[in-house]
Amino acid sequence: MKRLQNLSLFLAFTALLAAFLVTSPAQAASKNLILATTTSTQDSGLLDVLIPVFEKDSGYFVKTIAVGSGQAMAMGEKGEADVLLVHSPDAEKKFMEKGAGSSRRLVMHNDFVIVGPAGDPAKIRGMKTSAEAFKKIAQSGSIFLSRGDNSGTHAKEKGLWKGAGVSSEGQKWYQQTGLGMGQTLNVAAEKKGYTLTDRATYLALKKNLGLEILVEGDAKLLNIYHVIEVNQAKWPKVNAAGAKSFADFTVSKNAQDIIGKFGVEKFGAPLFFPDAGKKPESLGL
Amino acid sequence: MELILEGFRMAWHLLVTLDKEVLSVTLLSLKVSGLATLISLLVGVVGGTGIALAEFPGKKLLVSVVNTSMGLPPVVVGLFVTIMLWRNGPFGSWEILYTPSAMVIAQTVIASPIVMGISIAAIQNLPPNLRLQILALGASRPQMVWLLVREARLPLLAGIMAGFGGVISEVGASIMVGGNIKGYTRVLTTATVMETGKGNFDTAIALGIILLVLCFVINYLLTMVQQRERPR
Repeated sequence: MKRLQNLSLFLAFTALLAAFLVTSPAQAASKNLILATTTSTQDSGLLDVLIPVFEKDSGYFVKTIAVGSGQAMAMGEKGEADVLLVHSPDAEKKFMEKGAGSSRRLVMHNDFVIVGPAGDPAKIRGMKTSAEAFKKIAQSGSIFLSRGDNSGTHAKEKGLWKGAGVSSEGQKWYQQTGLGMGQTLNVAAEKKGYTLTDRATYLALKKNLGLEILVEGDAKLLNIYHVIEVNQAKWPKVNAAGAKSFADFTVSKNAQDIIGKFGVEKFGAPLFFPDAGKKPESLGL
Repeated sequence: MELILEGFRMAWHLLVTLDKEVLSVTLLSLKVSGLATLISLLVGVVGGTGIALAEFPGKKLLVSVVNTSMGLPPVVVGLFVTIMLWRNGPFGSWEILYTPSAMVIAQTVIASPIVMGISIAAIQNLPPNLRLQILALGASRPQMVWLLVREARLPLLAGIMAGFGGVISEVGASIMVGGNIKGYTRVLTTATVMETGKGNFDTAIALGIILLVLCFVINYLLTMVQQRERPR
């Protein structure tokens, strides 16, 4: 009796194993597409709207890996992703110069804003330029939360500190979270600190934060997203057809309409502005 | 405080309405961690019993290595498994990175040493004369091993529970090798991280509660099996 029980247990286990192995390699490899992107596109909810439309149209299965722009490009450079949707223009140019990408197209933009506690201890509210505001934060020694993760936002922030002529690195008031945008905003809210964020993630999280937009509208705060196809010539395993299909989709009229309307209903204003086909110069680049 | 209550309310709502997405995420958690635990059960109990019963030079060193591996940090495991499974890595031709299979592999690496370490201790903890006695009664070697494993089943089941608890609650490896892909490799822990990032704390708490309930149910069932008959 005992033996029988053990035997049936063993059989059940084997059946389970077999069932799992049979069901898991679902899609043919060429139908899989790895999209490495930034946390802002996922945390704002945009990808949840865009990806299903693309999958339905094209038949590809998109594996979205939401990491910082820095890591996304590192994955692209190793041929571990097929297509990138990123927002770190200077790093992207270097990426293209290395021949890691075969095409790079403008998709959309929104802007960065400097947010902080309503009390505004550094008194930066309403300042016209980010440089002024950053100088003021440094002078007053108010806590500033940095992403510290090589993401597009972090790259932008480092550029802004440089522009303000402040060396923030290693200062006591300058703290690096090493986390995504959403979590960094939560830390900033908890510590009553300032931080630089893209508008989309801020609006999506606003309800729980208690942080306010203090500085906006500086031309330097523009946040531009490009779609990059990883170069198949360099990495033969890259799904170039899928990458092209996705990149074409993001700049298609259909996707651009979705991008332009995304968030209007929920926040009363769009989170992203579609830019496909525009010249980069028209955005002040 | 209000947030936690809201989380409870949400968890209840998600459970009673059988929310499709939550259901699939929960099932995947169970499937991946359950399978990883079953494989580590084979690897751990067989390996652990073998190590405990055999005498060989370097045994103490090997046992120390196994015991140390019981505390393998999931992110480190995740990192190594990811590098191994990269397209251009040694096992790239398998094309399983960012699939549930990759998550099973990573979780098996995490759980196996836990089960093995506890198995070694369980077998070694049996009275040393028991082995002689069984052999003296005319048992063959495989029969002797089988009887010893049966005799140690209480701590062995504890080992399985520890292994399962270790993998169903880990997030570092799952998010790295699975990628938290919606409807495909998203499990309870990675979904909790993502919802926290999105600022949806109520959903995150609800997912956490569901994870705890799931763990409790599984452990309750295992404990039932364990306590069904006390060893004589």
